[in-house]
Amino acid sequence: MTSTPPAEPGGRATDTIDPFSTGPLPPDPTAPAGRLPRLAALLTGVVALAAGGLLGVILGWGVAPVVAVAWVVFVVAFPLWSLLVENRRKAVDRLVTTLVWTAFVLAMIPLVSLMVTVVAKGAPAISGNFLTADMSGRALLDGSGGIFHALVGTLLVTVIAAVIAVPVGVLTAVWLVEYGKGTRLAGVITFLVDVMTGIPSIVAGLFAFAFFQVVLAEPLPRLAVGGGVALSLLMLPTVIRAVEEMLKLVPEDLREASYALGVPKWRTIVKVVLPTAVAGIVTGVTLAVARVAGETAPLLLIVGTAYQTNWNPFDGGTATLPTFIFGSLSKTSHFKYGDAWSDAIWGAALVLIVIVMTLNVVARVIGSVFAPKTGK
Amino acid sequence: MTAVREEPPVQEVAGRRIGDAVFSRAALVSSLLVIVFLAGVAVFLLIKGLPAFDAEPDQLNERSSLWSLVGALLFGTVLASIIAMLIVTPLSIGLGLVISHYAPRRIARPVGFLVDLLAAVPSVVFGLWGIIVLAPYLQPMHEWLVDNLGWLPFFDGPASTTGRTILTAGVVLALMALPIVTAIMREVFAQTPRAHEEAALALGATRWEMIRMTVLPYGRSGMVAALLLGLGRALGETMAVAMVLSATGVVVNWDVVSSQSSNTIAAYIALGYKEASPIKVSVLIFAGLALFLLTFVVNFLGRWIATRGVVKG
Repeated sequence: MTSTPPAEPGGRATDTIDPFSTGPLPPDPTAPAGRLPRLAALLTGVVALAAGGLLGVILGWGVAPVVAVAWVVFVVAFPLWSLLVENRRKAVDRLVTTLVWTAFVLAMIPLVSLMVTVVAKGAPAISGNFLTADMSGRALLDGSGGIFHALVGTLLVTVIAAVIAVPVGVLTAVWLVEYGKGTRLAGVITFLVDVMTGIPSIVAGLFAFAFFQVVLAEPLPRLAVGGGVALSLLMLPTVIRAVEEMLKLVPEDLREASYALGVPKWRTIVKVVLPTAVAGIVTGVTLAVARVAGETAPLLLIVGTAYQTNWNPFDGGTATLPTFIFGSLSKTSHFKYGDAWSDAIWGAALVLIVIVMTLNVVARVIGSVFAPKTGK
Repeated sequence: MTAVREEPPVQEVAGRRIGDAVFSRAALVSSLLVIVFLAGVAVFLLIKGLPAFDAEPDQLNERSSLWSLVGALLFGTVLASIIAMLIVTPLSIGLGLVISHYAPRRIARPVGFLVDLLAAVPSVVFGLWGIIVLAPYLQPMHEWLVDNLGWLPFFDGPASTTGRTILTAGVVLALMALPIVTAIMREVFAQTPRAHEEAALALGATRWEMIRMTVLPYGRSGMVAALLLGLGRALGETMAVAMVLSATGVVVNWDVVSSQSSNTIAAYIALGYKEASPIKVSVLIFAGLALFLLTFVVNFLGRWIATRGVVKG
């Protein structure tokens, strides 16, 4: 095949053309001359919607079947039009484009619906009282309660998890990158970190439950520390992976420059390597915290339930936002107080989402604003 | 670059430094802690899980043996995850392609950011939305499936009146796995060498032909790995299923639209822990071990395929 001018995608160029000719392309006798008008998709869409709508009005359908029919009409008609006017390859291309955008819309509808529902149902429940009161006493019944106890619990449990997982995770990553690189032990630990990534959250909860059952010799241990331990188990692999990736990005030149100045290895790591990677590390840790803050399953078995604020992580049940939502679900069917509980649940869900999303956004902003200044 | 084994040269030059010794030991100890943690998980789950073999049928939801109980639960777990993956596979490929190739950059960036954020939505919120919004919405579809496709064993009926079935649970699982799978897919698609794509376009390929000839073959192993990691997440997911499914019993049922649905391991544990006699807790923990094993195999497969793809590419 001789080289063809790269201009026209769509198979019009043929190999009979002189690649150096500057004149207009001669028409290709094999290709259909036509090309769909610019607004063809819009036009077909309107026609399809009209067809679906007409059918819907006649048969008295809801919105969903109308859209479904319109979609089918569009998927058939648009490529068909293209096939008639253009050629088969373009028709296939248009068909796939339609399908890809369909997948996109199908995926976004429920996800957007989720966000809208939570905000719409949760926002009315949020008030100063809701955030500062707990569910003790009469609040259980008349809807005057709040989620302060759950906020405190989530804070405690998450902080405990971070206190366990962050130092261990960062040091492990440092060892993997700076000391153990290439050794067999490093291979084993990397493999085990992969295994840990796959621990189902409920299994982490079972572990914490079994652990404290044995350690405290109680049949049903209930304490916030247990929740922290379970969450740290889920957090650890995320932290290790994130920090490891960041440390690998630190240029070798920086380390060598430091060694050349006679700085010992540990000071090189603490003063040169870690500060260079700090933005990425903070991002990774924040994302890990955000992930575990929303976890329910590991906490269900070990933290128990509570309706009053419990600041003591070593004794007694504690409510957390996710377990509060799950635990209160059964109460929404109560004939008299169901609505109050329902409001509280959506309010708690909104607060939880806001916390998690804020952590996520903060993490990403830190990651992009304080990105390593290595010029890479 | 050679791996530094025992004594880094810096130490030899500068003599033994106490700081280096302390720091490297601390790093090593915390690495070993990872091993201790995992060993602890295995040991404590085994200690507490093995007594489950002594359980009587009335502690096993009337199943004849522990294996039959775990088997039935594994069946439900896999069934729900398969439903989820059937939905996730086309949607995530489409969504990934839109973000990486179809949408103009102005739209692609915020959408990519949005998908990343959605990956962070807690599962309990997905479950809540699943019960209150999705289940009533999908209920008419259940009836339609039973009426029109009832000859398939999956849609045997009778249709659940609440919509809280394993089908709905599968849809919720799909939505939870979708952002994660899409995030990886997007990365995979974006890594296609620009030169390949431009070469295909220069030869006159349409956009779809370009994607079929360059993006998809190049990203094949990455896509499979992404799907397997999503499957791993769907298998281990607890809350959404526990909340959406109203089933508390343990049955093996191909029917995905009736209220007599199969149950999943994770949901069984989450709903069963309250009636916790010691032997029952053992049964729950044993089921948890089985789940751990299953997700481990799936995740391992995913990583293996991902790394194999990297070496090959």
